[in-house]
Amino acid sequence: METNLIYQLFILALSIFLGFALISRVPPLLHTPLMSEANAICGIIIVGALIAAGVEANSPFAIVLGTAAVALATFNVVGGYLVTERMLKFFKKKDGAR
Amino acid sequence: MTMDFSVQVIYIVASVLFAFGLKFLASPETARRGNHLSAIGMLLAVVATLLGHHIIGYQWILLGLVIGSGLGAFVAFKAAMTQMPQMIALLHGCGALGAVFVDWVHYLKLKEQIVFTISGTEAFALFLSMVIGALTFTGSLIAWAKLSEIIHGKAVTFPGQKLLNVLILGGILVSGVIFLMNPARADMFYLFLGLAFIFGILLVIPIGGADMPVVISVLNSYSGIVACTTGFVIDNTLLIVVGALVGANGIILSIIMCKAMNRSLGNVLFGAFGATVKKSADGKKKEAKAISVADAFLVLESAHSVVITPGYGLAVAQAQHAVRELGELLEKNGAEVRYAIHPVAGRMPGHMNVLLAEANIPYDQLIEMERINPIMDTVDVAIVIGANDTVNPAALHDKSSPIYGMPIIETFRAKNVFVIKRSMATGFAGIENELFTNDNTRMIFGDAKDVVNRLVGEFKSK
Repeated sequence: METNLIYQLFILALSIFLGFALISRVPPLLHTPLMSEANAICGIIIVGALIAAGVEANSPFAIVLGTAAVALATFNVVGGYLVTERMLKFFKKKDGAR
Repeated sequence: MTMDFSVQVIYIVASVLFAFGLKFLASPETARRGNHLSAIGMLLAVVATLLGHHIIGYQWILLGLVIGSGLGAFVAFKAAMTQMPQMIALLHGCGALGAVFVDWVHYLKLKEQIVFTISGTEAFALFLSMVIGALTFTGSLIAWAKLSEIIHGKAVTFPGQKLLNVLILGGILVSGVIFLMNPARADMFYLFLGLAFIFGILLVIPIGGADMPVVISVLNSYSGIVACTTGFVIDNTLLIVVGALVGANGIILSIIMCKAMNRSLGNVLFGAFGATVKKSADGKKKEAKAISVADAFLVLESAHSVVITPGYGLAVAQAQHAVRELGELLEKNGAEVRYAIHPVAGRMPGHMNVLLAEANIPYDQLIEMERINPIMDTVDVAIVIGANDTVNPAALHDKSSPIYGMPIIETFRAKNVFVIKRSMATGFAGIENELFTNDNTRMIFGDAKDVVNRLVGEFKSK
């Protein structure tokens, strides 16, 4: 558990660095799609939600919470990606096909 | 074991695809490919999770997936581009609440065990994740309600607000410490969860409409942190990686927004703005000079270089398409047309670009502030539509101005400035704009869409 935690903290530190490196290169032009994209990938908690809803639980309350978590995370993922796609479609170059 | 191993490998592939998705956002040409890659990564992660991880029942998962995708697709296609900030706020809120539920179920399942065991780190991550998730949820809901004008957008302050915040924060910390000393205490668990929900409301209520770009960025960052801490709770590295990426994104955007308003993050989040900004009248108040649409047309017709500076007022008046038409006519007439975009034009980072792109304005004409200001002296006509504080020269030289130090689009340096505006009312910051009374400025009074349409009409009938 302890080594596992250290590895995870390692990964965390490097991921933060990666995030800063990648995102500082996104032009202000695309900051809104950037945020919706980041929002969509943040829906990755769907992975946790699937486990929460799919692994056996005794209390009905846990089932309700798990199902709600799946619905909320899916909403986040689907809404995030679709709206990003919709926005990115608008960005056209001048000589590009209208 | 091998099953778990392959799931982890797919998680690694997914996180690489997410990173590529963000990398490809560096250019509008590759951005869509990036979005597709990212979505494929998400699909892989979901499928891998469903196949591995000893999932027993699928019926509840299916129900959640159907409800979530249906609502997500509905909202994504229905939302207008002007509604994008509240849409994103809503998505943040739902994601955060989802994470809270994941942590909650995790705790409930631990409690169901015959022997309750939880490691110190797990309990600490659980506490952090629940608190930040809960306040992100209610905070996002308030931001959503303010942006969609369900509740008033102005900053809400009341006596004793700071004290109440401190008390609630103290309550969260105390119940958290008791919980960490004895994680079996479900009462403390529910206490800090409830207080965190309330705290989220109190955090966003005192923040005014003009500061929403910062609030949304900060909430974005929080939602990343929640994903990250949830990863520590349920021991999932993919969540940690993604949470870190998103957290970094929110922090960068918050800093950019704050710089564009020349304010510190603390000032935006904790100091209600616009309360005490009555400037002392210094007597020599100049009159603004108006110009008719017909005369403005004559100037525009002979212009070689035109810069249009839009503010959110342009989108409120729904004038984007009219402006695009005017821009095209000006180009046909031989002028070079550019759009000067201030970082905080709109209600979220980059919002104005999306609004103009939606109206078919090519993105290579959308010029950011840093690149347009150096060439402003060569511009024949700068047209300001629905912008106010972001073009106020007082920000550059008037130390007594509340917006002093804020970078602006320096339209006042253009040879002629046209300001399309309903009246002489002040902007968000509630201050006079000396641009309006400058010698090279002419005001065109009227509704933005109406005025632009009349200018378009003049061009067409010439």
